[in-house]
Amino acid sequence: MLTAAASATQIRHYQRLWLYGLCALIFTFLIVPCVLIVPMSFSASNYLEFPPRAWSLRWYREFFDSAEWMDALWLSLRVAGLTTLIATPIGTAAAYGLSQMPERLTKPLRMSFLLPMIVPNILVAIGVFFVFAKLGLNNTVTGLVLVGVMLALPFVLVTVSSGLQSFDGNLERAARSLGATRLKAFLTVTVPQIKSSIAAGALFAFVAAFDEVVIALYISSGENSTLPRRMFANIRDQVDPLVAAVSSVLVVASIVLLLIVQIAKRPEKGAAR
Amino acid sequence: MKVPVSIRGLSKKFGLFEALKDINLDIAPGEFVTLLGPSGSGKTTLLQVLAGFVTPTSGSILVAGEELLTRPPHQREIGLVFQNYALFPHMNVFENVAYPLKLRRLSRSEIETRVRGALDMVRLSQFIDRPVDKLSGGQKQRVALARAIVFEPRILLMDESLSALDKKLREQMQIELRHLHERLHTTTVFVTHDQREALTMSDRIAVINNGALIQFDTPRAIYDRPRTRFVADFVGETTFLPVELGSGGASVFGTPLRLPDHAGASTANPRESWLALRPEKLAIGPAAGPEAEVNSFSAVARETIFQGDSLLVIAGFPDGQNIAVRVVPQEANRGLVPTPGQPIHINVHRNDSILVSGDV
Repeated sequence: MLTAAASATQIRHYQRLWLYGLCALIFTFLIVPCVLIVPMSFSASNYLEFPPRAWSLRWYREFFDSAEWMDALWLSLRVAGLTTLIATPIGTAAAYGLSQMPERLTKPLRMSFLLPMIVPNILVAIGVFFVFAKLGLNNTVTGLVLVGVMLALPFVLVTVSSGLQSFDGNLERAARSLGATRLKAFLTVTVPQIKSSIAAGALFAFVAAFDEVVIALYISSGENSTLPRRMFANIRDQVDPLVAAVSSVLVVASIVLLLIVQIAKRPEKGAAR
Repeated sequence: MKVPVSIRGLSKKFGLFEALKDINLDIAPGEFVTLLGPSGSGKTTLLQVLAGFVTPTSGSILVAGEELLTRPPHQREIGLVFQNYALFPHMNVFENVAYPLKLRRLSRSEIETRVRGALDMVRLSQFIDRPVDKLSGGQKQRVALARAIVFEPRILLMDESLSALDKKLREQMQIELRHLHERLHTTTVFVTHDQREALTMSDRIAVINNGALIQFDTPRAIYDRPRTRFVADFVGETTFLPVELGSGGASVFGTPLRLPDHAGASTANPRESWLALRPEKLAIGPAAGPEAEVNSFSAVARETIFQGDSLLVIAGFPDGQNIAVRVVPQEANRGLVPTPGQPIHINVHRNDSILVSGDV
C-alpha cells in the first residue's frame, strides 16, 4: 500500500474507510436474516427464539416426518418443475421471436410480456382467483403451474434476450446457407451459443414458481398448499421453529443449486476465451 | 458444378428507400464475378437476396434456368462466406466443415474423406482437431471457405470475405482464392469495396452505386474504358477535365481532343462529358506535334510527392484545377521531374483519353 499519495487527487485506503464500513453494514443486513434462522432451527424450544437455550434436531424430524409438509414440498417441486419445463421453451421462443422482429414492433410486445413482473402480485392474485373460480382451476396443480408460467416467463425472456443480444446472427444465417432449416439452425447453432442464458432463465423460472406465495394464498389451500403457503400459515398460527428448519433446508438447497450453476458455467467461459 | 446465374429486373425497396434498382446481370457458368461498390451501394443487399435472407420486391433470379427466389435459403445450395467468418464457436474445425455434410446425411467415411479433401484444398489439414477460437484470422477464413465449398454448392458467395485480414495476408488470400476458383470452377459472386481486390480476382466486375448496376465488364475494360465518371473515379485514381462537345468534336480548354477510334457511348450523351485521365498514363514531355497521336496540355508543376515505388507530380491547369502525373523512378533519374513553378506539357496517348459521362 502506498504510504503517501501518488497524486494530488488520489484517494487512499484510509480515506475510504467509511465506504468499507458502509459496505460491511449493507452486507450484514443482507446476510443476517439467512444466517440467523439456521441456529434458530436447531432449537429445542416450542417457540421461535434467538439464541436458542437448548439444541435439538426435533424440528427437522418433524418436517421430514410430517406427511403434510412433505406433500407441500412435493407439490411445490412439481409446480416449479413443470413451470420450468413449460416457461423455458416458451420464453426462449418469445425472446428469439422478438430478436428477429423489426424494432418498432418489439417494444410494445416486450412490455406486455414483462407485465406479470411489473403488476403487483396481489392484483394478479385477485384476477387469477376469479378467473380460476369460473374455470374450476383453484386448488389444482394445473392452476398453480399456469400462474407459475405467467410469473416465470418474464425472467426467461429477459435472460435469454440478453444472451441473444451478444449472439452473432450470421452464425444462424451461415447454418441455413449450409443446408439447415430454420429450426435446425436454431437448435444446432443458436441454442448451443445461448445455452447458459437459457439455463439461467430456467433457474429463475424454477425459483419464481417455487417461491410464489401471494397468489398461492388465494388459489391453493388445505391439501393443495404449496410449501411457501404452508410456511406462511405456520408462521401465522404456530410460530414454532419448524418454519426455521424448512427455511434452513431451502437456504442450503439454494446454495447447492447456485454452486452447481457456477461449476457448470465455467468450462463454457474458458472455451469462449 | 458450373451453372449460369441470370438476375433479371431485380428491385428491393425498404420503405421508400430503393436498395436495388432493376438489376440485370448475366453470370456465365463457372465465372468469378465481383460486385464492386461503396458501402451502402446495395451490393450486400444483392448478395443477401441471392442467399435468400432478403426477399426482393420484384424480379427474378434464374440458376441454370430455374427460379432461385422461390427456394428457402437451406435449399439453395449456395456456399456463403461471411466477412466475420461466422464459424460455429462450439465446434472444432472438423465439425464446422462437416456441418453441411451431416445435414445431408452422408456416411461417416464419406464425411471424413470430404472434410479432409476440403481442408487440404485450403491447406489446413493439420488443424483439423483445433477449436476454432485457437485459429488466426487467415486460418478462420480458410475454414469458412472449406465449409462453404465442401458440399459442392452450385454458387459460392463471398461477402467482403477478406476485408478483416491485414494487407499482406489479404493479397495472399486473393491469389489463393483465384487458384482455388481455377480448380473448382464454381460460379462465384464476390462482394468488395476494394477496387484493387476486384481487379485482381474477377473474370468480370459489376460496379454498383446507389442500388443500380453502372457497368458490368472485364477488369481491364472497367479500368481502361469506364463508362461513367463514377466508375472511373471509384476504380483507380483519376483526374477529370471538363469536355466541351461542339460541332467540331470534343475539346478541352479550347484544344480539340484526339480520341480513340471507339470513343464510347458517352460521346452520344451531350448532357455532360468528362475526360478521365489516369496518373500512370500521363507523361511529362515536349509539346506534341499536330500529327502526333497524343493530346497535350500545358500546365505548371506545383509539387512532387514521393511514394516509394514512384513519384507523383501535381501540376495545375490555368483554370486552377490540379492533375496528378505518376513518374516512375527511371524517368526521375533521367532528370524528368519538374521543379515547382516550372511550366510543363502533359501528354496522353489518344487511346488513353477516355470520355466518360457525368451521371452517376
